[in-house]
Amino acid sequence: MSDLSEAPEQWLEKHGSALYRFALARLRDPHKAEEVVQDTLVAALQSHARFAGGSSVRTWLTGILKHKIMDQFRHEARTSPLEAPERLSSENQDVDDELFDANGSWRENVSDWGNPEDALERSQLRAILQHCLSALPERLSRLFMLSEVMEESTETICQEMDVSPTNVWTMLYRARMGLRQCLEQNGAGRARKQG
Amino acid sequence: MLTCKDASHLASHRQDRPLSFRERWGLRIHLWMCGNCRRFERQLGLMRRLLRQSSRDAEAEVADQALSAEARERIGRVLAEQQSHGGKPSA
Repeated sequence: MSDLSEAPEQWLEKHGSALYRFALARLRDPHKAEEVVQDTLVAALQSHARFAGGSSVRTWLTGILKHKIMDQFRHEARTSPLEAPERLSSENQDVDDELFDANGSWRENVSDWGNPEDALERSQLRAILQHCLSALPERLSRLFMLSEVMEESTETICQEMDVSPTNVWTMLYRARMGLRQCLEQNGAGRARKQG
Repeated sequence: MLTCKDASHLASHRQDRPLSFRERWGLRIHLWMCGNCRRFERQLGLMRRLLRQSSRDAEAEVADQALSAEARERIGRVLAEQQSHGGKPSA
């Protein structure tokens, strides 16, 4: 399957635009997309000797690109002008006690965020969501991004993060709980309450 | 009878794996009776759509985009520099 005949000089020509589109769809910024494509190719060049084949060059490069995009996501979250969200202190923190009483019922009512159809409102919410990723512990946010931004399967996430499927699902639950709290603090559904 | 805590775990897991028959029905009945969990489930759905669906929409939007000539040249230069420094050609 591996295409060892493909020289590094050809990567940019053959895969540059495809990598760029992949990055652009997720980062929504041409400059940042170009930047991660460059980082990806540089990293690929440095680890070229370790590319043992087994997958196509495109797949291998895309794999590197995904990590560069996730780094960029986290970097953006840290430098966002929005107020820093309250942090979940550890990836193992049990969020349930905070959210549910002894009977397992919600301590506070869950608010209605509605279903924004408006493109602007959606992109604002998406920006807040991205920002809120910085509220999560590093591993939790990586795992969440693998699942929701890169749409990797549980199997792939298990391999990459070295955890069991049950752990993946529990960690995704914690990530979602943390994110929804952060979204709530940052005004998701606020317009709805007023309206 | 499921508690809200149980139901919220299941609502999250449903995004990641198929639920068993028991889990599916337990969740369905709970959601039918519980407004808080219904709203919670919709919050999860929105978070997923904001990331997944919007990536797909964006992919369609950028389908005809390509790396600009300037970027291509700039990246090409950086790569050439890299190779002349440390990059060893593969054996």
